[in-house]
Amino acid sequence: MAKASDFDVGYVAKLARLNLSDEETRLFQKQLADVLKYAEKLNEVDLSNVEATAHGVPMFNVFREDEPCDWFTSEQALSNAPHKSNQLFIVTKVVE
Amino acid sequence: MSRPDLPALTIADLQSLLRGRKVSPREVLESLRARIEQIEPKLDAYLSIDFDAAFQEAEKVDVTLPLGGVPIAVKDLINVAGQPCTCGSKILGNYRSTYNATVIEKLRAAGAIPFGKTNMDEFAMGSSTENSSVKVTRNPWDLSRVPGGSSGGSAAAVAADTAFGALGTDTGGSIRQPASLSGVVGLKPSYGRVSRFGVTAFASSLDQVGPLAKTVRDAAMITKAMAGRDRHDSTSLADPVPDYTANLGHDLKGVRLGVPKEYRVEGIDPQVSSAVNAAIKQLESLGAEIVHLNLPHTDYGIAVYYFIATAEASANLARFDGVRYGYRASSPKDLLDHYGRTREEGFGEEVKRRIILGTYVLSSGYYDAYYVRAQKVRELIRRDFATAFEKVDAIISPTSPEPAFKIGERTANPLAMYLADIFTNTANLAGICGISVPCGFAKVNGSQLPIGLQILGKPLDEARIFQIGHAYEQSTDWHKAKPNL
Repeated sequence: MAKASDFDVGYVAKLARLNLSDEETRLFQKQLADVLKYAEKLNEVDLSNVEATAHGVPMFNVFREDEPCDWFTSEQALSNAPHKSNQLFIVTKVVE
Repeated sequence: MSRPDLPALTIADLQSLLRGRKVSPREVLESLRARIEQIEPKLDAYLSIDFDAAFQEAEKVDVTLPLGGVPIAVKDLINVAGQPCTCGSKILGNYRSTYNATVIEKLRAAGAIPFGKTNMDEFAMGSSTENSSVKVTRNPWDLSRVPGGSSGGSAAAVAADTAFGALGTDTGGSIRQPASLSGVVGLKPSYGRVSRFGVTAFASSLDQVGPLAKTVRDAAMITKAMAGRDRHDSTSLADPVPDYTANLGHDLKGVRLGVPKEYRVEGIDPQVSSAVNAAIKQLESLGAEIVHLNLPHTDYGIAVYYFIATAEASANLARFDGVRYGYRASSPKDLLDHYGRTREEGFGEEVKRRIILGTYVLSSGYYDAYYVRAQKVRELIRRDFATAFEKVDAIISPTSPEPAFKIGERTANPLAMYLADIFTNTANLAGICGISVPCGFAKVNGSQLPIGLQILGKPLDEARIFQIGHAYEQSTDWHKAKPNL
Protein backbone atom coordinates (compact mmCIF):
# COMPACT_ATOMS: atom_id res chain seq x y z
CA MET A 1 0.00 0.00 0.00
CA ALA A 2 1.26 3.47 -0.90
CA LYS A 3 2.26 5.64 2.03
CA ALA A 4 2.26 9.42 2.31
CA SER A 5 5.96 9.19 3.28
CA ASP A 6 6.87 7.90 -0.24
CA PHE A 7 5.83 11.24 -1.70
CA ASP A 8 8.70 13.27 -3.24
CA VAL A 9 7.66 16.65 -4.66
CA GLY A 10 10.95 17.21 -6.48
CA TYR A 11 10.60 13.99 -8.46
CA VAL A 12 6.91 14.57 -9.28
CA ALA A 13 7.65 18.14 -10.44
CA LYS A 14 10.08 16.72 -13.02
CA LEU A 15 7.37 14.37 -14.29
CA ALA A 16 4.97 17.34 -14.55
CA ARG A 17 7.52 19.51 -16.44
CA LEU A 18 7.01 22.14 -13.78
CA ASN A 19 9.94 23.91 -12.14
CA LEU A 20 9.40 24.79 -8.47
CA SER A 21 11.36 27.10 -6.22
CA ASP A 22 13.00 25.56 -3.13
CA GLU A 23 10.39 27.30 -1.01
CA GLU A 24 7.48 25.89 -3.07
CA THR A 25 9.04 22.43 -2.93
CA ARG A 26 9.26 22.56 0.88
CA LEU A 27 5.76 24.02 1.25
CA PHE A 28 4.07 21.52 -1.12
CA GLN A 29 5.93 18.61 0.45
CA LYS A 30 4.37 19.41 3.80
CA GLN A 31 0.91 20.49 2.61
CA LEU A 32 0.39 17.59 0.20
CA ALA A 33 1.71 15.07 2.72
CA ASP A 34 -1.11 16.34 4.98
CA VAL A 35 -3.63 15.85 2.15
CA LEU A 36 -2.32 12.32 1.47
CA LYS A 37 -2.51 11.52 5.16
CA TYR A 38 -6.12 12.77 5.28
CA ALA A 39 -6.89 10.57 2.25
CA GLU A 40 -5.58 7.41 3.91
CA LYS A 41 -9.16 6.96 5.11
CA LEU A 42 -9.90 5.55 1.63
CA ASN A 43 -7.94 2.44 2.66
CA GLU A 44 -10.75 1.53 5.09
CA VAL A 45 -13.30 0.99 2.32
CA ASP A 46 -14.12 -2.56 1.20
CA LEU A 47 -13.79 -2.46 -2.59
CA SER A 48 -14.19 -6.12 -3.44
CA ASN A 49 -16.68 -6.42 -6.34
CA VAL A 50 -16.59 -2.70 -7.13
CA GLU A 51 -15.75 -1.52 -10.64
CA ALA A 52 -14.12 1.87 -11.08
CA THR A 53 -16.43 4.62 -12.38
CA ALA A 54 -15.13 7.09 -14.91
CA HIS A 55 -18.37 8.98 -15.49
CA GLY A 56 -21.39 9.61 -13.28
CA VAL A 57 -23.76 8.88 -16.15
CA PRO A 58 -22.74 5.70 -18.01
CA MET A 59 -22.21 6.26 -21.74
CA PHE A 60 -20.72 3.93 -24.31
CA ASN A 61 -19.67 4.19 -27.94
CA VAL A 62 -20.61 7.74 -28.85
CA PHE A 63 -20.44 8.13 -32.62
CA ARG A 64 -21.31 10.86 -35.06
CA GLU A 65 -21.12 11.28 -38.80
CA ASP A 66 -17.68 12.21 -40.08
CA GLU A 67 -18.70 15.28 -42.06
CA PRO A 68 -16.36 17.94 -43.42
CA CYS A 69 -17.01 21.47 -42.15
CA ASP A 70 -15.28 24.82 -41.92
CA TRP A 71 -12.93 25.11 -39.00
CA PHE A 72 -10.17 27.45 -37.88
CA THR A 73 -8.18 29.28 -40.49
CA SER A 74 -4.42 29.19 -39.97
CA GLU A 75 -4.57 32.89 -38.98
CA GLN A 76 -7.06 32.03 -36.22
CA ALA A 77 -5.05 29.02 -35.07
CA LEU A 78 -1.90 31.14 -34.88
CA SER A 79 -3.56 34.24 -33.42
CA ASN A 80 -2.48 33.51 -29.83
CA ALA A 81 0.93 31.98 -30.60
CA PRO A 82 3.71 33.32 -28.36
CA HIS A 83 6.14 33.01 -31.29
CA LYS A 84 5.22 32.52 -34.95
CA SER A 85 6.66 33.07 -38.40
CA ASN A 86 5.65 32.20 -41.99
CA GLN A 87 2.28 30.77 -40.87
CA LEU A 88 4.03 28.40 -38.46
CA PHE A 89 4.44 28.02 -34.71
CA ILE A 90 8.08 28.63 -33.78
CA VAL A 91 9.16 26.17 -31.10
CA THR A 92 12.23 25.81 -28.95
CA LYS A 93 15.00 23.80 -30.61
CA VAL A 94 14.53 20.07 -30.00
CA VAL A 95 17.41 18.44 -31.94
CA GLU A 96 21.05 19.48 -32.18
CA MET B 1 -31.56 57.48 -21.03
CA SER B 2 -30.23 55.43 -18.15
CA ARG B 3 -32.89 53.96 -15.88
CA PRO B 4 -31.41 53.20 -12.45
CA ASP B 5 -34.35 50.93 -11.57
CA LEU B 6 -33.53 48.37 -14.26
CA PRO B 7 -30.42 46.57 -12.89
CA ALA B 8 -32.29 45.27 -9.83
CA LEU B 9 -34.87 43.45 -12.00
CA THR B 10 -34.98 39.71 -12.46
CA ILE B 11 -34.40 38.34 -15.95
CA ALA B 12 -38.06 37.30 -16.14
CA ASP B 13 -39.27 40.84 -15.33
CA LEU B 14 -36.66 42.52 -17.53
CA GLN B 15 -37.51 40.27 -20.47
CA SER B 16 -41.21 41.04 -20.20
CA LEU B 17 -40.42 44.79 -20.32
CA LEU B 18 -38.21 44.20 -23.35
CA ARG B 19 -40.75 42.02 -25.09
CA GLY B 20 -43.49 44.59 -24.42
CA ARG B 21 -41.16 47.32 -25.85
CA LYS B 22 -41.33 49.21 -22.55
CA VAL B 23 -37.53 49.41 -22.61
CA SER B 24 -35.01 48.87 -25.38
CA PRO B 25 -31.97 46.58 -25.24
CA ARG B 26 -29.83 49.74 -25.51
CA GLU B 27 -31.47 51.30 -22.43
CA VAL B 28 -30.90 48.07 -20.53
CA LEU B 29 -27.20 48.08 -21.40
CA GLU B 30 -26.86 51.79 -20.54
CA SER B 31 -28.45 51.21 -17.14
CA LEU B 32 -26.27 48.20 -16.49
CA ARG B 33 -23.14 50.12 -17.50
CA ALA B 34 -24.03 52.96 -15.11
CA ARG B 35 -24.57 50.47 -12.29
CA ILE B 36 -21.26 48.72 -13.03
CA GLU B 37 -19.38 52.06 -13.12
CA GLN B 38 -20.79 52.88 -9.70
CA ILE B 39 -20.37 49.48 -7.95
CA GLU B 40 -17.56 47.59 -9.67
CA PRO B 41 -14.70 49.57 -8.02
CA LYS B 42 -15.87 48.17 -4.66
CA LEU B 43 -16.27 44.57 -5.87
CA ASP B 44 -13.76 43.76 -8.63
CA ALA B 45 -16.11 41.12 -10.02
CA TYR B 46 -15.18 41.59 -13.71
CA LEU B 47 -11.96 40.86 -15.59
CA SER B 48 -13.08 42.39 -18.89
CA ILE B 49 -16.18 44.05 -20.31
CA ASP B 50 -16.90 44.76 -23.98
CA PHE B 51 -19.79 47.21 -24.08
CA ASP B 52 -19.01 48.30 -27.67
CA ALA B 53 -19.65 44.78 -28.96
CA ALA B 54 -22.66 44.46 -26.64
CA PHE B 55 -24.27 47.67 -27.97
CA GLN B 56 -23.80 46.39 -31.53
CA GLU B 57 -25.51 43.12 -30.61
CA ALA B 58 -28.28 45.07 -28.87
CA GLU B 59 -29.08 46.92 -32.12
CA LYS B 60 -30.15 43.76 -33.90
CA VAL B 61 -31.29 41.47 -31.10
CA ASP B 62 -34.78 39.92 -31.33
CA VAL B 63 -36.55 40.84 -28.08
CA THR B 64 -39.24 38.21 -28.63
CA LEU B 65 -36.73 35.41 -27.96
CA PRO B 66 -36.76 33.80 -24.47
CA LEU B 67 -33.70 35.81 -23.33
CA GLY B 68 -34.00 38.49 -26.03
CA GLY B 69 -31.95 41.56 -25.06
CA VAL B 70 -30.83 40.23 -21.68
CA PRO B 71 -27.13 40.89 -20.92
CA ILE B 72 -25.38 37.87 -19.36
CA ALA B 73 -22.00 37.82 -17.59
CA VAL B 74 -19.67 34.92 -18.33
CA LYS B 75 -17.03 33.27 -16.15
CA ASP B 76 -13.66 33.90 -17.73
CA LEU B 77 -12.96 30.29 -18.72
CA ILE B 78 -15.81 30.14 -21.25
CA ASN B 79 -14.77 31.25 -24.74
CA VAL B 80 -16.59 34.21 -26.30
CA ALA B 81 -15.05 34.95 -29.71
CA GLY B 82 -13.11 38.20 -29.76
CA GLN B 83 -13.06 38.59 -25.96
CA PRO B 84 -10.21 37.72 -23.58
CA CYS B 85 -10.34 34.33 -21.85
CA THR B 86 -7.73 34.37 -19.08
CA CYS B 87 -9.08 31.63 -16.77
CA GLY B 88 -7.84 33.97 -14.04
CA SER B 89 -4.30 32.88 -14.95
CA LYS B 90 -1.15 34.72 -15.91
CA ILE B 91 -0.42 31.95 -18.41
CA LEU B 92 -3.43 33.11 -20.50
CA GLY B 93 -3.01 36.82 -19.68
CA ASN B 94 -2.97 37.85 -23.36
CA TYR B 95 -5.29 35.16 -24.71
CA ARG B 96 -8.17 36.19 -26.94
CA SER B 97 -10.82 33.64 -27.94
CA THR B 98 -11.06 32.74 -31.60
CA TYR B 99 -14.34 30.86 -31.28
CA ASN B 100 -17.48 30.60 -29.15
CA ALA B 101 -18.24 27.92 -26.60
CA THR B 102 -21.44 26.05 -27.49
CA VAL B 103 -23.19 27.58 -24.44
CA ILE B 104 -22.43 31.03 -25.86
CA GLU B 105 -23.81 30.08 -29.31
CA LYS B 106 -26.95 28.74 -27.63
CA LEU B 107 -27.45 31.74 -25.34
CA ARG B 108 -27.04 34.09 -28.32
CA ALA B 109 -29.57 32.01 -30.27
CA ALA B 110 -31.95 32.62 -27.34
CA GLY B 111 -31.28 36.38 -27.58
CA ALA B 112 -28.86 36.86 -24.65
CA ILE B 113 -25.94 39.28 -24.91
CA PRO B 114 -22.66 38.01 -23.36
CA PHE B 115 -21.05 41.35 -22.51
CA GLY B 116 -18.34 40.68 -19.92
CA LYS B 117 -16.07 38.11 -18.29
CA THR B 118 -16.03 37.53 -14.55
CA ASN B 119 -13.23 36.88 -12.09
CA MET B 120 -12.49 33.36 -10.82
CA ASP B 121 -9.97 31.24 -9.02
CA GLU B 122 -7.20 30.39 -11.48
CA PHE B 123 -8.44 27.53 -13.71
CA ALA B 124 -11.43 27.22 -11.33
CA MET B 125 -9.24 25.85 -8.55
CA GLY B 126 -10.42 27.31 -5.28
CA SER B 127 -13.39 28.15 -3.09
CA SER B 128 -12.87 31.89 -2.56
CA THR B 129 -11.74 33.54 -5.86
CA GLU B 130 -8.56 34.54 -3.99
CA ASN B 131 -6.55 32.31 -6.36
CA SER B 132 -7.19 34.68 -9.28
CA SER B 133 -3.85 35.89 -10.62
CA VAL B 134 -5.46 39.26 -11.38
CA LYS B 135 -7.38 40.48 -8.33
CA VAL B 136 -9.50 39.52 -5.35
CA THR B 137 -13.29 39.83 -5.70
CA ARG B 138 -15.21 41.02 -2.64
CA ASN B 139 -18.48 39.76 -1.20
CA PRO B 140 -21.22 42.40 -1.74
CA TRP B 141 -22.66 41.66 1.74
CA ASP B 142 -19.35 42.38 3.51
CA LEU B 143 -16.47 43.76 1.47
CA SER B 144 -13.88 42.26 3.84
CA ARG B 145 -15.08 38.75 2.96
CA VAL B 146 -14.77 36.39 -0.01
CA PRO B 147 -17.70 35.83 -2.42
CA GLY B 148 -16.92 32.10 -2.52
CA GLY B 149 -15.48 30.41 -5.54
CA SER B 150 -14.41 29.49 -7.99
CA SER B 151 -17.23 31.33 -9.82
CA GLY B 152 -16.94 34.21 -7.31
CA GLY B 153 -17.01 37.05 -9.85
CA SER B 154 -20.26 35.74 -11.36
CA ALA B 155 -21.86 35.32 -7.91
CA ALA B 156 -20.79 38.75 -6.66
CA ALA B 157 -21.97 40.49 -9.84
CA VAL B 158 -25.44 38.89 -9.69
CA ALA B 159 -25.76 39.64 -5.95
CA ALA B 160 -24.77 43.29 -6.49
CA ASP B 161 -27.10 43.83 -9.48
CA THR B 162 -24.12 44.39 -11.77
CA ALA B 163 -25.30 41.36 -13.77
CA PHE B 164 -28.85 40.14 -14.45
CA GLY B 165 -27.56 36.59 -14.58
CA ALA B 166 -24.22 34.89 -15.13
CA LEU B 167 -22.57 31.67 -16.19
CA GLY B 168 -20.29 29.72 -13.91
CA THR B 169 -18.77 26.27 -13.88
CA ASP B 170 -19.03 23.71 -11.09
CA THR B 171 -16.46 20.94 -10.65
CA GLY B 172 -16.85 20.38 -6.89
CA GLY B 173 -19.20 23.19 -5.87
CA SER B 174 -17.86 26.17 -7.79
CA ILE B 175 -21.34 27.46 -8.74
CA ARG B 176 -23.34 26.40 -5.67
CA GLN B 177 -20.86 27.48 -2.97
CA PRO B 178 -20.34 31.07 -4.25
CA ALA B 179 -24.12 31.31 -4.86
CA SER B 180 -24.60 30.36 -1.20
CA LEU B 181 -21.96 32.76 0.16
CA SER B 182 -23.16 35.65 -2.03
CA GLY B 183 -26.91 35.10 -1.55
CA VAL B 184 -27.98 34.13 -5.08
CA VAL B 185 -29.33 31.02 -6.85
CA GLY B 186 -26.83 28.67 -8.52
CA LEU B 187 -27.42 25.43 -10.43
CA LYS B 188 -24.98 22.64 -11.24
CA PRO B 189 -26.70 20.66 -13.99
CA SER B 190 -26.40 16.88 -14.22
CA TYR B 191 -23.20 15.68 -15.87
CA GLY B 192 -23.73 15.75 -19.64
CA ARG B 193 -26.77 18.04 -19.55
CA VAL B 194 -24.82 21.09 -20.85
CA SER B 195 -22.05 21.06 -23.45
CA ARG B 196 -18.51 21.65 -22.25
CA PHE B 197 -17.21 22.54 -25.73
CA GLY B 198 -15.22 25.78 -25.56
CA VAL B 199 -15.04 25.69 -21.78
CA THR B 200 -11.48 25.39 -20.46
CA ALA B 201 -11.28 21.97 -18.85
CA PHE B 202 -10.38 21.55 -15.18
CA ALA B 203 -11.60 17.99 -14.41
CA SER B 204 -13.42 16.69 -17.47
CA SER B 205 -15.51 14.00 -15.76
CA LEU B 206 -16.80 16.51 -13.15
CA ASP B 207 -17.09 19.92 -14.88
CA GLN B 208 -20.50 21.38 -15.79
CA VAL B 209 -21.56 24.86 -16.88
CA GLY B 210 -24.52 26.35 -15.06
CA PRO B 211 -26.30 29.62 -14.22
CA LEU B 212 -26.03 32.01 -11.29
CA ALA B 213 -29.20 34.08 -11.03
CA LYS B 214 -31.40 36.20 -8.75
CA THR B 215 -34.26 33.69 -8.71
CA VAL B 216 -34.93 30.03 -9.44
CA ARG B 217 -37.07 31.04 -12.42
CA ASP B 218 -34.19 33.01 -13.94
CA ALA B 219 -31.84 30.05 -13.42
CA ALA B 220 -34.39 27.77 -15.14
CA MET B 221 -34.65 30.16 -18.10
CA ILE B 222 -30.86 30.26 -18.61
CA THR B 223 -30.54 26.47 -18.22
CA LYS B 224 -33.31 25.84 -20.74
CA ALA B 225 -31.44 27.95 -23.28
CA MET B 226 -28.07 26.20 -22.70
CA ALA B 227 -28.89 22.52 -22.23
CA GLY B 228 -28.87 19.72 -24.78
CA ARG B 229 -26.79 17.52 -27.03
CA ASP B 230 -23.80 19.07 -28.80
CA ARG B 231 -21.93 17.26 -31.56
CA HIS B 232 -18.72 18.90 -30.32
CA ASP B 233 -18.99 17.28 -26.84
CA SER B 234 -19.33 13.49 -26.90
CA THR B 235 -20.26 13.48 -23.19
CA SER B 236 -23.31 15.71 -23.74
CA LEU B 237 -26.59 13.81 -23.47
CA ALA B 238 -29.24 13.57 -26.19
CA ASP B 239 -32.20 13.37 -23.76
CA PRO B 240 -34.81 16.00 -24.62
CA VAL B 241 -34.60 19.26 -22.64
CA PRO B 242 -37.88 19.89 -20.81
CA ASP B 243 -39.34 23.36 -20.29
CA TYR B 244 -37.84 23.95 -16.84
CA THR B 245 -40.25 26.80 -16.11
CA ALA B 246 -43.35 24.63 -16.73
CA ASN B 247 -43.43 23.05 -13.26
CA LEU B 248 -42.71 26.25 -11.37
CA GLY B 249 -45.65 27.05 -9.15
CA HIS B 250 -46.71 23.44 -8.65
CA ASP B 251 -47.08 22.67 -4.94
CA LEU B 252 -44.99 20.15 -3.04
CA LYS B 253 -47.76 17.70 -2.05
CA GLY B 254 -46.42 14.17 -2.33
CA VAL B 255 -42.84 15.33 -2.90
CA ARG B 256 -40.42 13.29 -0.76
CA LEU B 257 -37.30 15.05 0.49
CA GLY B 258 -34.36 13.17 1.97
CA VAL B 259 -32.30 14.50 4.87
CA PRO B 260 -29.06 12.50 5.12
CA LYS B 261 -27.82 11.61 8.58
CA GLU B 262 -24.20 11.95 7.39
CA TYR B 263 -24.67 15.64 6.64
CA ARG B 264 -25.07 16.44 10.34
CA VAL B 265 -21.32 16.66 10.84
CA GLU B 266 -19.22 18.62 13.29
CA GLY B 267 -17.96 21.98 12.17
CA ILE B 268 -21.21 23.27 10.67
CA ASP B 269 -21.84 26.84 11.76
CA PRO B 270 -24.82 26.79 14.19
CA GLN B 271 -26.53 29.63 12.31
CA VAL B 272 -26.24 27.58 9.08
CA SER B 273 -27.75 24.53 10.81
CA SER B 274 -30.65 26.45 12.23
CA ALA B 275 -31.41 28.20 8.91
CA VAL B 276 -31.40 24.87 7.07
CA ASN B 277 -33.55 23.21 9.76
CA ALA B 278 -36.03 26.07 9.46
CA ALA B 279 -36.02 25.61 5.67
CA ILE B 280 -36.78 21.89 6.08
CA LYS B 281 -39.77 22.79 8.31
CA GLN B 282 -40.89 25.32 5.72
CA LEU B 283 -40.71 22.71 2.94
CA GLU B 284 -42.74 20.37 5.14
CA SER B 285 -45.36 23.06 5.64
CA LEU B 286 -45.56 23.40 1.85
CA GLY B 287 -46.62 19.75 1.65
CA ALA B 288 -43.31 17.90 1.26
CA GLU B 289 -42.70 14.70 3.18
CA ILE B 290 -39.33 14.53 5.00
CA VAL B 291 -37.49 11.19 4.91
CA HIS B 292 -34.36 10.59 6.99
CA LEU B 293 -31.83 8.49 5.09
CA ASN B 294 -28.20 7.45 4.83
CA LEU B 295 -25.44 8.25 2.36
CA PRO B 296 -22.82 6.02 4.00
CA HIS B 297 -19.79 6.99 1.88
CA THR B 298 -20.18 10.75 2.27
CA ASP B 299 -17.13 11.05 4.51
CA TYR B 300 -14.85 9.83 1.68
CA GLY B 301 -16.05 12.46 -0.79
CA ILE B 302 -13.32 15.04 -0.25
CA ALA B 303 -10.48 12.51 -0.54
CA VAL B 304 -11.97 10.91 -3.67
CA TYR B 305 -12.64 14.30 -5.17
CA TYR B 306 -9.12 15.65 -4.67
CA PHE B 307 -7.52 12.59 -6.24
CA ILE B 308 -9.80 12.49 -9.28
CA ALA B 309 -10.02 16.24 -9.84
CA THR B 310 -6.26 16.80 -9.55
CA ALA B 311 -5.46 13.76 -11.72
CA GLU B 312 -7.70 15.06 -14.50
CA ALA B 313 -6.41 18.62 -14.01
CA SER B 314 -2.77 17.54 -14.31
CA ALA B 315 -3.58 15.95 -17.67
CA ASN B 316 -5.75 18.86 -18.89
CA LEU B 317 -3.20 21.51 -17.92
CA ALA B 318 -0.40 19.69 -19.80
CA ARG B 319 -1.59 21.66 -22.85
CA PHE B 320 -0.19 24.86 -21.35
CA ASP B 321 3.29 24.40 -22.74
CA GLY B 322 4.03 27.83 -24.21
CA VAL B 323 3.89 26.62 -27.83
CA ARG B 324 0.51 27.31 -29.43
CA TYR B 325 -0.92 29.95 -27.10
CA GLY B 326 -0.32 31.57 -23.77
CA TYR B 327 2.75 32.71 -21.91
CA ARG B 328 6.23 31.48 -22.87
CA ALA B 329 9.35 31.93 -20.72
CA SER B 330 12.03 34.03 -22.38
CA SER B 331 15.20 32.56 -23.96
CA PRO B 332 14.89 28.92 -22.89
CA LYS B 333 18.16 27.01 -23.19
CA ASP B 334 16.45 23.78 -24.26
CA LEU B 335 12.98 22.22 -24.42
CA LEU B 336 12.85 21.03 -20.80
CA ASP B 337 13.89 24.48 -19.63
CA HIS B 338 11.17 25.94 -21.92
CA TYR B 339 8.43 23.75 -20.38
CA GLY B 340 9.66 23.93 -16.80
CA ARG B 341 10.04 27.72 -16.63
CA THR B 342 7.00 28.54 -18.79
CA ARG B 343 4.84 26.60 -16.36
CA GLU B 344 6.69 27.83 -13.25
CA GLU B 345 6.27 31.46 -14.27
CA GLY B 346 2.78 31.11 -15.77
CA PHE B 347 0.88 29.13 -13.11
CA GLY B 348 -0.04 30.31 -9.62
CA GLU B 349 0.54 28.44 -6.38
CA GLU B 350 -2.72 26.50 -6.05
CA VAL B 351 -2.58 25.32 -9.67
CA LYS B 352 0.99 24.09 -9.16
CA ARG B 353 -0.02 22.32 -5.95
CA ARG B 354 -2.82 20.48 -7.76
CA ILE B 355 -0.67 19.59 -10.78
CA ILE B 356 1.83 18.01 -8.37
CA LEU B 357 -0.83 16.03 -6.49
CA GLY B 358 -2.55 14.92 -9.72
CA THR B 359 0.70 13.89 -11.38
CA TYR B 360 1.62 11.91 -8.28
CA VAL B 361 -1.66 9.96 -8.05
CA LEU B 362 -1.33 9.04 -11.74
CA SER B 363 2.35 8.11 -11.56
CA SER B 364 3.71 4.61 -11.97
CA GLY B 365 3.48 2.64 -8.73
CA TYR B 366 0.78 4.90 -7.21
CA TYR B 367 -1.91 4.82 -9.91
CA ASP B 368 -3.74 1.79 -8.49
CA ALA B 369 -3.32 2.78 -4.87
CA TYR B 370 -4.65 6.32 -5.28
CA TYR B 371 -6.39 6.96 -8.59
CA VAL B 372 -8.07 3.61 -9.23
CA ARG B 373 -9.03 3.28 -5.56
CA ALA B 374 -10.61 6.75 -5.69
CA GLN B 375 -12.56 5.84 -8.85
CA LYS B 376 -13.94 2.75 -7.08
CA VAL B 377 -15.02 4.68 -3.99
CA ARG B 378 -16.59 7.15 -6.41
CA GLU B 379 -18.77 4.29 -7.68
CA LEU B 380 -19.90 3.61 -4.09
CA ILE B 381 -20.80 7.29 -3.66
CA ARG B 382 -22.81 7.12 -6.91
CA ARG B 383 -24.63 4.01 -5.61
CA ASP B 384 -25.41 5.77 -2.30
CA PHE B 385 -27.31 8.42 -4.24
CA ALA B 386 -28.98 5.89 -6.59
CA THR B 387 -30.28 3.98 -3.54
CA ALA B 388 -31.44 7.16 -1.82
CA PHE B 389 -33.28 8.33 -4.93
CA GLU B 390 -35.36 5.13 -4.90
CA LYS B 391 -36.96 6.52 -1.73
CA VAL B 392 -36.95 10.28 -2.28
CA ASP B 393 -37.35 12.86 -5.06
CA ALA B 394 -34.58 15.16 -3.83
CA ILE B 395 -32.06 15.54 -1.00
CA ILE B 396 -31.74 18.60 1.25
CA SER B 397 -28.57 19.93 2.92
CA PRO B 398 -26.66 23.12 3.59
CA THR B 399 -24.68 24.22 0.52
CA SER B 400 -21.67 25.33 2.54
CA PRO B 401 -20.91 24.45 6.19
CA GLU B 402 -20.41 28.13 6.98
CA PRO B 403 -21.10 31.62 5.67
CA ALA B 404 -18.50 33.75 3.84
CA PHE B 405 -15.09 33.86 5.51
CA LYS B 406 -12.62 36.75 5.64
CA ILE B 407 -10.28 37.45 2.74
CA GLY B 408 -6.88 35.93 3.58
CA GLU B 409 -8.21 33.78 6.42
CA ARG B 410 -7.86 30.39 4.67
CA THR B 411 -5.11 30.80 2.10
CA ALA B 412 -2.37 29.28 4.28
CA ASN B 413 -4.19 25.97 4.78
CA PRO B 414 -5.22 24.20 1.55
CA LEU B 415 -6.83 21.26 3.35
CA ALA B 416 -9.15 23.57 5.32
CA MET B 417 -10.10 25.28 2.04
CA TYR B 418 -10.79 21.88 0.42
CA LEU B 419 -13.21 20.99 3.25
CA ALA B 420 -15.42 23.92 2.18
CA ASP B 421 -16.73 21.57 -0.56
CA ILE B 422 -17.92 18.87 1.84
CA PHE B 423 -21.64 19.11 0.89
CA THR B 424 -21.19 19.89 -2.79
CA ASN B 425 -18.53 17.72 -4.37
CA THR B 426 -20.26 14.33 -4.06
CA ALA B 427 -22.88 15.61 -6.56
CA ASN B 428 -20.13 16.06 -9.15
CA LEU B 429 -18.69 12.62 -8.38
CA ALA B 430 -22.13 11.03 -8.82
CA GLY B 431 -23.12 13.11 -11.88
CA ILE B 432 -26.37 14.31 -10.26
CA CYS B 433 -27.79 17.86 -10.33
CA GLY B 434 -27.88 20.36 -7.46
CA ILE B 435 -29.11 23.87 -6.78
CA SER B 436 -28.36 26.39 -4.05
CA VAL B 437 -31.17 28.73 -3.00
CA PRO B 438 -30.89 31.53 -0.37
CA CYS B 439 -32.38 30.39 2.97
CA GLY B 440 -31.43 33.02 5.52
CA PHE B 441 -28.66 35.13 6.99
CA ALA B 442 -26.01 34.63 9.65
CA LYS B 443 -25.22 37.61 11.84
CA VAL B 444 -21.45 37.80 12.22
CA ASN B 445 -19.76 40.87 13.77
CA GLY B 446 -22.51 43.19 12.61
CA SER B 447 -22.61 41.77 9.06
CA GLN B 448 -25.53 39.93 7.49
CA LEU B 449 -24.05 36.96 5.62
CA PRO B 450 -26.20 34.85 3.27
CA ILE B 451 -26.83 31.14 3.87
CA GLY B 452 -27.67 28.69 1.07
CA LEU B 453 -29.94 25.63 0.99
CA GLN B 454 -28.78 22.86 -1.32
CA ILE B 455 -31.32 20.68 -3.14
CA LEU B 456 -29.83 17.65 -4.92
CA GLY B 457 -31.77 15.82 -7.64
CA LYS B 458 -31.55 12.67 -9.74
CA PRO B 459 -29.53 12.73 -12.96
CA LEU B 460 -31.46 14.82 -15.52
CA ASP B 461 -34.15 15.75 -12.97
CA GLU B 462 -33.40 19.48 -13.00
CA ALA B 463 -37.11 20.21 -13.46
CA ARG B 464 -37.81 18.72 -10.02
CA ILE B 465 -35.19 20.71 -8.11
CA PHE B 466 -36.27 23.89 -9.88
CA GLN B 467 -39.86 23.15 -8.76
CA ILE B 468 -38.81 22.57 -5.13
CA GLY B 469 -36.41 25.52 -5.08
CA HIS B 470 -39.02 27.84 -6.56
CA ALA B 471 -41.73 26.73 -4.12
CA TYR B 472 -39.39 27.36 -1.18
CA GLU B 473 -38.09 30.65 -2.55
CA GLN B 474 -41.55 32.07 -3.24
CA SER B 475 -42.69 31.22 0.29
CA THR B 476 -39.82 33.27 1.80
CA ASP B 477 -38.39 36.77 1.37
CA TRP B 478 -34.69 35.85 1.37
CA HIS B 479 -34.27 36.32 -2.38
CA LYS B 480 -35.65 39.85 -2.16
CA ALA B 481 -32.95 41.07 0.25
CA LYS B 482 -30.25 43.23 -1.34
CA PRO B 483 -26.78 44.09 -0.02
CA ASN B 484 -26.23 47.70 1.03
CA LEU B 485 -23.59 48.94 -1.42
